[in-house]
Amino acid sequence: MNPVLPVLIFALPVLSFGITVLIGRYFPLKGASVGILGLVVSFILSCVVFYQLQVDPTRTIDLSVTWLDFGEYTIDLGILIDRFAAVMLVVVTLVSLCVHIYSLGYMKGDRRFTTYYAYLSLFTMSMLGIVISNNLFQLFVFWELVGVSSYLLIGFWFERKPAAMAGMKAFVVCRIGDFGFLIGILSLFVATGTFSFGALFGLSQAGAISSAVLVVGALGIFFGAVGKSAQLPLYVWLPDAMEGPTPVSALIHAATMVAAGVYLVARTLPIFSTVPQIMEVVAWVGGLTALFSATIAVAQVDIKRILAYSTISQLGYMMLACGVGAGASAIFHLSTHAFFKALLFLGAGSVIHSLHTNDIREMGGLFSNMKTTATVFIIGALSLAGFPPFSGFFSKDEIMVSVLESGHVWLYWIVVFTAFLTAFYIFRLIFIAFFGEQSERSKHAEESPKVMTVPMVVLAVLSVVAGWIAIPGVGPGFAEIGGFELHHLHINWSAMGTSFLVVLMGIGVAWAIYSRRFVESRSIYNTFKPISKLLENKWYVDEIYNFFIVQPVIFFSRLLFAFDMVIVDGAVNLAGWLGVRLSKFEGEFDLAVVDGAVNGTAWTARTFGRAVRRIQTGLIQEYVIVASVAILALIIIGYYLM
Amino acid sequence: MTGLETEEILSAIVFYLLSGVVVGSSILVITLRNIFRSALFLLLAFFATAGLFITLDAEFIAAVQVLIYVGAIGVLILFAIMLTRRIQDPVAKSTTRSFILGAFVSAAFLFFLILILGKIYLPPFPETGADTEGITKGIGRMLLTYYLLPFEVVSVLLVGALIGAVVIARKEEARGGEPPEVALERERKDREITDSKPDGNGLEQNDRKH
Amino acid sequence: MIGSINILDILKPELICAIVRVTPTHYLYVAGIVFCIGLMGVMIRRNAIAILMSIELMLNAVNIVLIAGGRAYGPKTYDASSFVIFIIAVAAAEAIVGLALILAAYRHMKDINIDDMSIMKW
Repeated sequence: MNPVLPVLIFALPVLSFGITVLIGRYFPLKGASVGILGLVVSFILSCVVFYQLQVDPTRTIDLSVTWLDFGEYTIDLGILIDRFAAVMLVVVTLVSLCVHIYSLGYMKGDRRFTTYYAYLSLFTMSMLGIVISNNLFQLFVFWELVGVSSYLLIGFWFERKPAAMAGMKAFVVCRIGDFGFLIGILSLFVATGTFSFGALFGLSQAGAISSAVLVVGALGIFFGAVGKSAQLPLYVWLPDAMEGPTPVSALIHAATMVAAGVYLVARTLPIFSTVPQIMEVVAWVGGLTALFSATIAVAQVDIKRILAYSTISQLGYMMLACGVGAGASAIFHLSTHAFFKALLFLGAGSVIHSLHTNDIREMGGLFSNMKTTATVFIIGALSLAGFPPFSGFFSKDEIMVSVLESGHVWLYWIVVFTAFLTAFYIFRLIFIAFFGEQSERSKHAEESPKVMTVPMVVLAVLSVVAGWIAIPGVGPGFAEIGGFELHHLHINWSAMGTSFLVVLMGIGVAWAIYSRRFVESRSIYNTFKPISKLLENKWYVDEIYNFFIVQPVIFFSRLLFAFDMVIVDGAVNLAGWLGVRLSKFEGEFDLAVVDGAVNGTAWTARTFGRAVRRIQTGLIQEYVIVASVAILALIIIGYYLM
Repeated sequence: MTGLETEEILSAIVFYLLSGVVVGSSILVITLRNIFRSALFLLLAFFATAGLFITLDAEFIAAVQVLIYVGAIGVLILFAIMLTRRIQDPVAKSTTRSFILGAFVSAAFLFFLILILGKIYLPPFPETGADTEGITKGIGRMLLTYYLLPFEVVSVLLVGALIGAVVIARKEEARGGEPPEVALERERKDREITDSKPDGNGLEQNDRKH
Repeated sequence: MIGSINILDILKPELICAIVRVTPTHYLYVAGIVFCIGLMGVMIRRNAIAILMSIELMLNAVNIVLIAGGRAYGPKTYDASSFVIFIIAVAAAEAIVGLALILAAYRHMKDINIDDMSIMKW
């Protein structure tokens, strides 16, 4: 395949970022047209690349050029486009395109509309950079760029303090993970002298890397993924990141960036698979994250936060799939999740855009006023819950089967329970927000403009059909499309049945409590008050972090500040006072001696010059005389030397 | 101490005669007030120098000396004198302000030069031998083989000097893109004006005009 | 030699012999004298053409030295003669340019008095 294509896919957002930043406001739609146009082309090219690789998987590109040459070490820039990357390219460009178009409506009238689109282009560029990288170093660069654009977009409305704080929190928490990531990369690099995926995989599979290095490397990489993909214990930034514009949440904090961690782990799975202990860690972190955040989602009332915790939970699923070695299942779920979660977020954005509130208790009965939004939202919810034949069903089912077949029984039951909770909390949201009595705000709700609903419809269609590739006879199965080693994923009817059953149960319970109101939710809340409180307050994790990490740091900082004030400042002030006295003295000295010396020098030079310039008579013969005298002197010297 | 032979005495007489002419006319060159006469004595000095060259068996150089110095440069200088000045200008002072100092310095120069020459030993002239092929052939061979590059460089230098001299000395009117015919015509008119004034030499007239 | 002459020694036959028997050194003395005369001319004359003529004298003196030296070190060496040829050529070039400059200066200043040509001074 021509390497120009993938490079172009990456370069177009770079270009549109540059154009939008510099001269964006002179373009149609205040610069949005640039980003959208570039992305349309990128998306088409991605589809071309994807198709070409499906037709002929051997046309994988793996190119490198030397970027920095340190003699012993070289750092390469390169692209790696295989079927896996091609899938990601299509998903990223498609979701990004939908969000770009959707934002036309959602961000309409914002003062920094152009800037917003520049940030979106920056993000898309970085994300594509991650996908096409063929080495860890380059990936890390784009990884950080993604973090930056995420920070910028979360804090896009930085006039609001929570948004600014959330941006900062996201950045700092991700930095903790990135620190581990860097350690992992560098330990692998020091041990092998290369960042390249291909070389690292080969060396680790061949047993050429010591197990200690592999453990540190894999753990470090996983730590980076934990930060970026919001896993336990570094997930706390993601719910706060919902302060950003909702399309951003859909793009970055649901579909793409948070999935980058999963992508990273799936990409480096050959390294992980050589250290089974780390695989266990990955699996358990993923499973517990899935369960933990699902429980929190049950008790939330902010529509975006419910979706945020749901995202964390689903990311946990993917991580779990990676942990049990089913990279294909993880990426399959990543893709379907990207579609339906982006859809859910866009739907939520549509609701928020119309109602100007995030609180689901202030919604209710929205279905009649916002039919399109409600319909696509329900499609997304069914997909998320894993209701057949929606896409989520197939991908989640594959994960469940993988977990079961890998022999992690405990994890399997955790997954099943999480599936129940997922179905419950998302339908709780639907029954509260879209059905039942109309609230005050809902009565004035209006359907969002076409520019917002069309991307949602596109995503809804994909949410329905994306999973069908896994149906035997209909599609080739995701492992084939993603170019993974074929896992013998036969259909496990019992697992499928269980999954379907718990989903039905979850929906049913939600229906019973929030629609039919057989049981008053308030009474449940009171019956299990400690647990309810716990869930409502998100297991007090923020408070715990605050108490054990943030407060000590602040205390220590205060201590240092006090030390600073008393001793350092005292010393500085003393030095300052002394400096002032000394300067005054020096000023006098300066005027008298230094200036005197300078002026004296000038005077001497001038006087001397006045005297000497008389020699310059301009009469050539006098010059000849002087020259002759000099030669004469030489002759005399020569005479006495001879 | 062997006695002096007749040949030696004769050549000594020739040498001293020619040297006397060279030195004497050189002194006259720098002391005569009339620049035209100075130039004539310069020619005489060159001529006598050519004689000295003959006593040194350098007939070709002598010929060149006569041809170039006497014939070309000397005549050139005479032309320059006639173009720039009236031939006789007895009123004009001929020496500079720093006359005394210059004379003193060059006298000192001469004194120490003679002192130092006294310390230099050169071998006496060897016998020329029967081979009287002359130096012309030898010089020719030398110039076109061993000194070929300097020879060519000198020819380029001469051409450059020629062009440069033409450019520098050309009249300023001709610089303004005037066609040659026009320039010639104007010069002719100038000459007519000059002829009508017997006092001027023409050039001054021209100069006064612009 | 001459520097150490006692006036009473002038009649000694050795000295007469040394004076009469012409050696290369004699030519050097002549050349030196002519050179210094030329130098003096350069220093004391006001007329630019006279200065040019003095320079020619100095060059001439150098030619004498070269020819005499060449003759002293053997009649079959032509390096000195070739050098003199070059010097004459360069002198000719110098004379051409010098005279052209004098002409130009004369046209500009109406005079070739070198004392007046001091506009380059401070």
